[in-house]
Amino acid sequence: MDFKKWSLAAAAVLAGTAFGLPAQAQNEQFLPALVYRTGPYAPNGIPFANGVADYWNLINERDGGINGVKIVFEECETGYATDKGVECYERLKGKGPTGAGYFSPLSTGITFALTEKAPGDKIPLLTGGYGRADSRDGSVFTWNFIAMGTYWTAADVAIQHIAKELGGMDKLKGKKIALVYHDSPYGKEPIPLLQKRSQLNGFELLLIPVTHPGVEQKSQWLQVRQNRPDYVILWGWGVMNSTAIKEAAAVAYPRDKIIGGWWSGAEPDVAPAGDQAKGYKALMMQHGAGRYPVHDEIEKYVYARGKGAAKPEEIGHVLYNRGIINSMIGVEAIRTAQEKFGTRPLTGEEIRWGFENLNLTAERIKELGFEGMMRPLKFSCEDHEGARFARIHQWDGKQWNVISDWYEADDSIILPIVKETAAGYAKEKGITPRDCSKEG
Amino acid sequence: MEGLGPFLEVLIGGLLAGVLYSLVALGFVLIYKASGVFNFAQGAMVLLAGLALVRSLDFLVAKGLPFEVAVVGALLFAGAIMAITAWLIERYVLGPLLNQSEMTLFMSTIGATFIIEGAAQMLFGSDVYPLQLYPTDAWIILDEVFPGGILISKLDVWGAVIAGVLVAGLAAFFQWTRTGRALRAVADDHAAAQSVGIPINWIWFVVWLIAGLVAVVAATVWGTKLGVQFSITFLALKALPVLIIGGFTSIPGAIVGGLVIGAGEKLAEIYLGPYIGGGIEYWFAYVLALAVLLVRPQGLFGERIIERI
Amino acid sequence: MLYREAGQFKTSYAGDMAIFPIRQDRIGLAILLAFAFVVVPLLAYFEIGPFGHDYIFKAILIPFLILSLAAIGLNILTGYCGQISLGGGAFMAIGAYAAYNFSLRIPELPLLFSILLSGGMAAFVGILFGIPSLRIKGLYLAVATLAAQFFFDWLFLRVPWFTNYTPSGSVNAPELNFFGWVVNTPAERYMLALMFVTVFAVIAKNLTRGNIGRQWMAIRDMDIAAELMGIRPLYAKLSAFAISSFFIGVAGALWAFVHLGSWEPLTFNIERSFQLLFMVIIGGLGSILGCFLGAAFILILPIFLDQVPHAMGVPLSVETVSHLVYIITGALICFLLIVEPHGFARLWAIAKEKLRLWPFPY
Repeated sequence: MDFKKWSLAAAAVLAGTAFGLPAQAQNEQFLPALVYRTGPYAPNGIPFANGVADYWNLINERDGGINGVKIVFEECETGYATDKGVECYERLKGKGPTGAGYFSPLSTGITFALTEKAPGDKIPLLTGGYGRADSRDGSVFTWNFIAMGTYWTAADVAIQHIAKELGGMDKLKGKKIALVYHDSPYGKEPIPLLQKRSQLNGFELLLIPVTHPGVEQKSQWLQVRQNRPDYVILWGWGVMNSTAIKEAAAVAYPRDKIIGGWWSGAEPDVAPAGDQAKGYKALMMQHGAGRYPVHDEIEKYVYARGKGAAKPEEIGHVLYNRGIINSMIGVEAIRTAQEKFGTRPLTGEEIRWGFENLNLTAERIKELGFEGMMRPLKFSCEDHEGARFARIHQWDGKQWNVISDWYEADDSIILPIVKETAAGYAKEKGITPRDCSKEG
Repeated sequence: MEGLGPFLEVLIGGLLAGVLYSLVALGFVLIYKASGVFNFAQGAMVLLAGLALVRSLDFLVAKGLPFEVAVVGALLFAGAIMAITAWLIERYVLGPLLNQSEMTLFMSTIGATFIIEGAAQMLFGSDVYPLQLYPTDAWIILDEVFPGGILISKLDVWGAVIAGVLVAGLAAFFQWTRTGRALRAVADDHAAAQSVGIPINWIWFVVWLIAGLVAVVAATVWGTKLGVQFSITFLALKALPVLIIGGFTSIPGAIVGGLVIGAGEKLAEIYLGPYIGGGIEYWFAYVLALAVLLVRPQGLFGERIIERI
Repeated sequence: MLYREAGQFKTSYAGDMAIFPIRQDRIGLAILLAFAFVVVPLLAYFEIGPFGHDYIFKAILIPFLILSLAAIGLNILTGYCGQISLGGGAFMAIGAYAAYNFSLRIPELPLLFSILLSGGMAAFVGILFGIPSLRIKGLYLAVATLAAQFFFDWLFLRVPWFTNYTPSGSVNAPELNFFGWVVNTPAERYMLALMFVTVFAVIAKNLTRGNIGRQWMAIRDMDIAAELMGIRPLYAKLSAFAISSFFIGVAGALWAFVHLGSWEPLTFNIERSFQLLFMVIIGGLGSILGCFLGAAFILILPIFLDQVPHAMGVPLSVETVSHLVYIITGALICFLLIVEPHGFARLWAIAKEKLRLWPFPY
């Protein structure tokens, strides 16, 4: 490439970043996708990003967009790094005729940073199953939507499942449960809830941190071996998960006594451990692995037309499914907002209203082809979580199998902690919580 | 007697885990010893070696070759990739930077790290690829003496044996072969070695090749332990304290350093960690290394730093 | 032709020792500062050109300025005093968390003092971790400074007091109120960062030209010889650690308060330390200007490269682009080092030299 071409490219870049791309069709909804397809967390990031893209493509290919408003999306590689994520956010937030519809930061660190920025830019954040657990309090965290479950929901369900395996909540008394966690805000999120549960149910909680990135966990698992907890809750991320399972196998800790959080329960987490992962259990965030009607649609409209992002055999994997659910909730929020504001590209502020008033009923879920994959979900001003259900699945060496019914997290335990920490946040930031009784 | 079993278990586990760090640290030592370059790219080289190995292995197995044959083929392929890498680095990065300062050379290996990380992922993918070359379960020994016995991971033992063989082999190579002696000459003084007719570029290529092959070996062990994925590059950070304790220039030092760090960090994590909140092994390894440096500024086995005006 | 110092006579010692002895340099700098301080805010105010958008401020200028400040700090230690440090991220973290705690626990304290005090805190810790430098040298010291990095990563995660007992350990910056000036818009944040960086760059430049700077450089060039000449290594090295950490600490506080607004310890992890060191080496050891050039290269180049294929309409997946960015950045680093092992600052100096002789280079 000669110099002239390079400089043209450079000029185009400057112009592009500076003015937003000038020539674009007006009936388009721009949706950004922060992804991490490279770097240490890529094995988990790739299927998620594929799911997100495939669902949006499905909407475009099958329906011609959301009620005819075409989705235009652009991926931006964050590599799971906060400053790269912030740069992506700033780059993409103003694109398209109405700016970015909503963001899914896809990393705890980026979520923290964007939580500060989104209110100013009036762009909602969809953080399905990650981010600050207290951000479900919509009166304080107006712009965050932590759809389908917080870490506290997850931790509570994990304890409920353990109790069920033991034969009742009262059987938890005197038991020992270890939390092996990624030593970061992400990994520490479940601790307050587990501590409260341990007081309430009388089990002993053992906290075992694993330093990022968790490539070496001998001492942690020797601790497990020597303390012999009845159960281990694994709250890992990336390489830490598979390493933990392997080390557990090495110290002969039974894998079926380990329950992973929902970021520890996908194919990349168990595959490297091979047979040793057999019996390992993990939380499913609403959905798990598996194929539902929506997958057939995706194959028919997206893959058959050569627009699929994933390898065909990976359709239906855990994180892929999480990606399509994530996209679906966003699309349905936009649809809801279109009912109020009209069928046109919407601004972030309008879409926020759509999120807050989103009501995914069982019938709607069936229509969308997600039946069996998730429970009804309804956001409201107070509740930006929408539903507090989860199940457990188990790895049989080849695939994940659902082994439990739905559990609903006990909100009488969670809500007080949410209120308390959200109020603390509001005070620190000088936010006056919205009065939800007045929101329409 | 009560706490002795667990203590021995942690100690043995730690010593063995430390030797696995030594495998990565060895690559650093080789290159520093022969060329005075602190090779930041060693972690990336382990990643590249691992990816080349596992991807070609999967390919060959899928072609229907028996596993053993496929392993040999994959090892050869990974070795070839490392040879190409060594040649490229010598030819295009270090060759032109001959006689530059330590900082410049260090920085150039960082450039090389970026290139290797990008190219490795581009060529071989950025997913996680399972690898199973060694047994990964464990022995329980002495269970009649201690309740529960003492657990020893087979993979760790394999790693330790391999590291031992590697060090012995390298020591023999440096001691008895012509190239090995030339390497030592270059390490002592580039200019003097050049003046007696040692082809310095060739020697550097050989050093980087050996470091690349050590990376392949490290990748077999760590790939079995973690699955081959990008996170393998983080191992470099675990290897650094090993390196300073042993000294940048000593091959046996890398092993001893590994033993010290491995045992030290595991014992600290288990016996000190609970009192101050756990998760301390990462920094403890560095503090331990720092403590050793305060006594011996060149590491336990490093060459004594003599300063003249 | 324009760049000619003929006719500019130095008639006093002060003139001879001025920071910018050449008039054209002074003019150039004045124009640059005027642009940064006056034109950019005006453009932002009237929303003209690229400066009318948040992107250039939030994603490029603010991080660039703050990281330049951190790089200046590191350059004092590594470039001027010759002590290689990989603890930059840790000192940024100390600055950030100290500023957070000062403003949280002593709300009466004006924010400016919180930030400066946080620098002081970083300086204090810097002295502590600088003590081993009296015995350990070179790359051994670099690795030893990683002890600080990992220790503070751990400390801010583990001790809940530092993060005011928030459950996850992530914290938020308070409102940015500087004696009544509430800093809010991107342009205001940029101005704030710019002011800090300008003041500190001037301080750094003068420090390095003065007695203490000369002591540092003597230590860097050969510490034993310096000692024989009567320079106390204890004083020189520890002062370099203190001042360097002060700068980096202030940069950390700014990064947290002005750039991010909310952060977790991972923000200041080892990657940050390496990034700072790259900036300093690429920019040029022992040069304040180099810090800015290095920061621009390491921070902005990947961002720029990342957008080239998209802007040109080349259909490449983000994955490929990201790998290519890695490869190209790495290759450019190697290329730059081969062309000029002493970094951008030296290239700049050579260019200046050529310019002075141009067009009659004899």
